[in-house]
Formats: sequence, C-alpha cells, structure tokens
Amino acid sequence: MSMEVKNTQSLTPGVIPRSLGVNDLGAEDHCIKVRNLNLFYGGTQALKEVNLDIARKRVTAFIGPSGCGKSTLLRCFNRMNDLVSSVRIEGRIELDGEEINAKSVQVAQLRQRVGMVFQKPNPFPKSIYENVAYGLRLQGVKSRRALDDIIEKALRGAALWDEVKDRLHDNALGLSGGQQQRLVIARAIAVEPEVLLLDEPASALDPISTLKIEELIDELKDKYTIVIVTHNMQQAARVSDYTAFMYLGKLIEYDATNKIFTNPREKMTEDYVTGRYG
Amino acid sequence: MNKHIADWWQSGAPWIWLNAAAVSTSLAMVIGLLALIAYNGLGHFWPHPVWEFEYRAADGSGMQQLVGEITDEEETSVERMRHSGAQLPDNIGEDLDRFLLKTGNRDVSGLDFRWILEPLIVKRDKPEKLVVFERTEWGNFYGFLKNVKQAGKVVAEGDAAWQELQTRLKQVDKVRKKIRHIEKGRIGAVNYSIEQLRLDRRRLELDGEDTPDRLAELQRRRDTLQAEFTELQKQLDAMYRDIARDSVTMTVMNGQEVDIPVAKVVRAYRPNDMNVLQKAVFYLSKLWEFVSADPREANTEGGVFPAIFGTVMMVLLMSVIVTPFGVVAAVYLREYAKQGPLTRLIRIAVNNLAGVPSIVYGVFGLGFFVYFLGGNIDQLFFPEALPAPTFGTPGLMWASLTLALLTLPVVIVATEEGLARIPSSIREGSLALGATKAETLWRTVLPMASPAMMTGLILAVARAAGEVAPLMLVGVVKLAPSLPLDGNPPFVHLDRKFMHLGFHIYDVGFQSPNVEAARPLVYATALLLVLVILVLNLAAISIRNRLRERYRELEQ
Repeated sequence: MSMEVKNTQSLTPGVIPRSLGVNDLGAEDHCIKVRNLNLFYGGTQALKEVNLDIARKRVTAFIGPSGCGKSTLLRCFNRMNDLVSSVRIEGRIELDGEEINAKSVQVAQLRQRVGMVFQKPNPFPKSIYENVAYGLRLQGVKSRRALDDIIEKALRGAALWDEVKDRLHDNALGLSGGQQQRLVIARAIAVEPEVLLLDEPASALDPISTLKIEELIDELKDKYTIVIVTHNMQQAARVSDYTAFMYLGKLIEYDATNKIFTNPREKMTEDYVTGRYG
Repeated sequence: MNKHIADWWQSGAPWIWLNAAAVSTSLAMVIGLLALIAYNGLGHFWPHPVWEFEYRAADGSGMQQLVGEITDEEETSVERMRHSGAQLPDNIGEDLDRFLLKTGNRDVSGLDFRWILEPLIVKRDKPEKLVVFERTEWGNFYGFLKNVKQAGKVVAEGDAAWQELQTRLKQVDKVRKKIRHIEKGRIGAVNYSIEQLRLDRRRLELDGEDTPDRLAELQRRRDTLQAEFTELQKQLDAMYRDIARDSVTMTVMNGQEVDIPVAKVVRAYRPNDMNVLQKAVFYLSKLWEFVSADPREANTEGGVFPAIFGTVMMVLLMSVIVTPFGVVAAVYLREYAKQGPLTRLIRIAVNNLAGVPSIVYGVFGLGFFVYFLGGNIDQLFFPEALPAPTFGTPGLMWASLTLALLTLPVVIVATEEGLARIPSSIREGSLALGATKAETLWRTVLPMASPAMMTGLILAVARAAGEVAPLMLVGVVKLAPSLPLDGNPPFVHLDRKFMHLGFHIYDVGFQSPNVEAARPLVYATALLLVLVILVLNLAAISIRNRLRERYRELEQ
C-alpha cells in the first residue's frame, strides 16, 4: 500500500482556507472536516483541493456527473481507498478533530465509527441474523441475549424487522434486492457508527424499495451523520439537508440543499441540477 | 453439389456430429472398461460347474479321467497341435476347440491347469457328488468324498459323510476363529508389549539410568508377559490338536485316495448339486470374504481387506496433510503476496510440479523423507530401537507425505481459483464493518472458497488413490503382517508398512507364483480399486455440493 499523507497546512479552527459556501454551515456542529484534499490514482488526480465540512446528524448529499470523484471522496472518509494499491492522498481529513490518515489510527476501528453501504447490496452468504451479528462478533460481543437485542434494534432501525422477524435464520441471499439493501444498512448501524456513508444506495433498486430507503434515511439522521452519494437529483433534493456539487474532481458548490436546487451560486451547478448538463 | 456441401459445412452440423462421436466414443470406452473388469472380476466368485472328462491322452498314453473347471476356451489349428506332438484322429477339419481346465489338486498332480483338446474328449459329465474344497494351502481340491475320519477312525461314510463334514467344518471354523483371535490379537499384543519392554530397557541403558531396581521392575513385567504368553501358547496348542483330529478321505480322478485334514479346508461345496439360490448365497459369502478377509496363499486366495484398509487410510491421511498445506499456500499467493514477476514465477513452478512423473516423487520421498527425515527422527527419538529403523524405513506416514506433495499443486491451483472468484463487494462489505484483512479472510472469504478447496481435494484424491509407482518406494508391501491401526497404544502406527489395492493388482498379476489362478483376482481387485476411489470421490463431492448449495446465489 503506497499511500502517503502530507499535511500541507495546519488547521485554524473556524477559518476555512477556500470558502465554497461552507460558511452557511457555521451554525452546525462539524463532524468531518476536509482540508486541501488531493487524491491521485497513480498519475491521474481524482480529487483536487477539496475543502468541506460535514454537519453532524444531518444528511449531506454529493452530486455530480459520473467520474467527478464523489464516490472517491466518500471512500476517503472510511479509508476504503487504502485497498487501491496505487492511491496517494494529500491534505487533511478530520473526524471529530482527529486526523484519520494518521499512523496511530487503526483502520478497522475507524471503519467501525464510519459505516458504509455500497451501491449493490452485498449481504454475506449467511443467515439474516449472522449478517447483522457480523460486526458485533468482530467487536467480541458473545452473549446471545445481547446479540438478540442489538440485532432486533438494528433491524427495526432499518425498517426490516417486521418483514424478517420470523425467518432470522434463513439465508440472507433469499431476500429481495430492497430488503438486502436494508439488511446491509441494519448490519452497518448494528455496530453504532457515528457516520454512515451511503454510496448510491438505491441505484440498483426498484422505485418502491428506493422510497423505503429514502424514508429510512430520514429516520436515521436523528442518530447518525449521513453522507450520501447519488445520481438522482430528486433523491438528493428529497433526503438531504446539504448538497455538494462536484465536477472533475473539484468541489464546485456546497450549500444548503434548497439553496443548491433553487438558487445556486454557480452557473455550472444550475446547469446540472436543471438537467441541462450531465 | 459443391454448394450443397459448403452449406452443410457452414450449418455446423459436421461439428455436432464430430462432438457427438467423440462423446459417445469416450462413453463407450469407459463403459467397456468397467464392464470388462466387472465381468471378469465378479464372475470369478460364482460357483462354476465342475466337469469330469474321459479323455484320450494327447501323447497316446491311453485313457485318462480328468476333473476340473473350464476357465478358458479358444480355437486353434489342428496342424499346430499335431506339430506339437498331439495324436489327433484324422478328418476333423482344420480347426479345433481346446479348453483350459483348472484341475486343482496341486499337491497330488503337481500342476493345476492344463489344456485339453476337444476331439480327444470321449465322454463328459457333471457328477453331482463331486466335491470342491477350498483349502488354506495348495489351492482348490476336486474329488469325491469317501469318508470322514476322527483320529484315524472312520465315523461316517457315503451320503452321511457329507453331512458330517459340514458340521465338523463349522466346528473347525469356530476354533480357527478363536485361534486367529489369540494369535493376531492377544499374542500380538503380548509380543508388542514385550518389544516395548525391550526398548524401555535399552533406553534406560542408553540414558545410563539402568539402576538395578528399575531393571528388576522391567524384568518382573516381562516375566508376567512371558507367563501370559506361555499360557496362551498352551491354549493354542490344545486348539490346534483339537482341529487336527478330523480328516477326510477323498478319491481323486485317477482312483487314488488322499487324506486331507479338515483343518486345512476353508470351504467344501458340491457345485453341480447347487441350485441358483444356493449358488447366490455362496457367491455373496465369497464376495464378502474377498472384501473382508486377509489374503492367503501369496495373495492368490482369500480377501484383500488389508489392501482396502491401507488404501483408504493412506488417502485420508494424505487429504488431512495436503488440504491445510495447499490452502495456506494458495491464500498467501493470492491474498498476501505482492503480485509481481516473482509470484508469477512461483505460480508457474507450482503448476509445473503437477507434471513431474510420480516415480520421481517416490525417489524424492525415499531420499528425503525416509532416509533423511526418518533417519534423523530415529536418531533423536528412537535411539533404543537402532540399528532397527522405526521411521527411517518406508511406511504409511512417508507414503502419505509423498502423495501429499504430489497432489499439492492441484489443491493450490483450485483454491487460488476459488479465492479469485469471491466478489470484491463481499470483501469490501466485511472490511467496511471494521474487520481486518485476516478477519475478513477467516470469517467470509475462506468459507466461501471452501467448495473450490473441496474441488481441489477431489482431484487430489482421484490422483492419489490410483498412484502406485511412488508408493513402491516409500511404504507399500506385498503382505503387511498388521494393519496400521490396532488396539496397541498408540493405536495409529504411522511407521508401519501397508498394503495397497493398486500394488496388490500389480503383485497378484505379475509377481504371483500361480498367475493363471490369480488372474480373476486381478480384475476383481481392479474393480474394487475403482469402487474405492469412486466412494472416496462421491463423499468429497457430496460435501462440496452441500457447501456450494450454501453459497449458491453468489455464483451467478
């Protein structure tokens, strides 16, 4: 893994080096702070000088055309990019004021704090129960009763409990795509993360399952900081509090969602959200 | 016309025909092979009719009476027979049939197979009273029962003799089983313990701890065992005397009378007097003997149980060794090693190992495992037994290790392919939940790759179970005195030599003193070997299918 981290500049609290409308977040509690983030895949730069703050217990959406770097940015937050051997990262990413790329940070522990749900549902070929228990068992939870309680809570939290409570020990692969995706969300929230990263969570689902996921996101934001990547503009408008528009690795505009969709500051953003571009 | 052929060619029909022909040819060959060995092997145990011939001797020495089973027949030219000295009647055409007659009675007449020429047969008959003995030595005996004697006195004659013989055979069989139990089981155990005591004593001497009271203690235990041995020997002597008492008088084909001790008779039957049901019962009992009994008479009679046992145990041991080894190697190559020229080179080398001739592995096993490893193990752990080697001689463990080495590439390649097929989304899902790479491997990736590991193991078993050449160098013998698993601690004796079905085929077919008599056993053993491999494979396949069922949806 040839990843190196360069802290190009120190952070001064409250002062944001290059403002991109983040000032509007001033009143919010910031969970994640990104400063001067540059990311390279081998020779190509995928993220260019990204600065943004993510508000705690709010839903933040990343939108932009394919290849603009929104998924890459999302995967920086739980260091999933570490899996790519040729990746190189410069800049700072802080979670609760702590640099996540620092040597002292253990990736596995970071990922327990920052959960992630992928585009395609990826349940393990185990029972529904064991899927949700997976993260807990990793943390060493052994008591059957504790597991039962947390699993029920997680499945209820993911609005799946009523559908699966009678067949917890059936194979998770027998669930429908939408159910699988909610199971994966249940699996992620079972370990009680602070942040939940959703990488196009509904793009492989039918409209009704999509609706359920969106309702779920609305419920989950009371407890978790949610960052969602989506191709679907309506979805971003419906579920998110803040929206970041990215283009070719740059953060073009970042603001409250209704501002982005009704009165964007940048011409490019307006073109994109109105469907004239992308 | 040309257009027509071109169209036909283009339609792809010739290809379909070619494919179908290839498949049906392969199928026909497999079925033909199995049918041939099944027919020849299984037919051997069926009680064949025994003929009595009045036969004009081919050398012109007069009339003979011949008794035996026809085991083969062929057509040959009259001229060739005349040329070799047979005095044949005139005008019998150009060709004649001749039969291979198994006449048995090797101890009486010296040879137990002979060819007879069809034109010289004067009269043929299947006498109902003709008795066949299967004996513990000298092969089959054919003749007519005259009387049964006890301690030299006639107790039954004529028809009554047959019934008497059957009851006495049953008694003898019971006693023989007891003798076997004492000889193999109890005396075997006593001998084993005495040998252990000898080694204990030698160990004490080597360590310089042979204090008088310790030696006395050993001697005391040795004396107890010796007393037990003497007692058992006494019992054995009594039993041997008991069964040596009975004998039968038989009339053989030339009118000569022969006395045969009942103790030497394993089975007595009258094949010409048996109905189909009796023959079927006889057949099953012979078949059962074949798979469950020890071999007799230089492997040409009796069963092959030790060979089945040795084959299965060797294959199981090999599986236990090769699976973890291969899986660990594959995990390293696929998951941890940096994918570069060196890894590629290693992978090529591993794949090519599968192409090394098996006898080369045998030579390696002999040189490295047996002489080097085994020799050093003996020096370090078994100095008391030297100069007699314990592990420094071919044995079950070295044979299993050699075959594990031979099949390692198959397991590595199959496991690697299985690991490569696991979707990355599953790995990412596990990592995103806070699992480390090792946890992801153990909890998710390896279980999902287990069907592929089983595939590797199936291929390994198929190859190892049929392998003979390397085994001849590292542990297989013609006749092993004891199984590698028995009641004497430590119960599993990996240092022992063992018997193997593949080698048994070779031995019976080519090294046997009586090739003609043993040939059906070659087929029967071959069939058994195929069945054993089939059973081992089916077991592995059913495990794999169960695993695959669990991860079914992911294969899509």
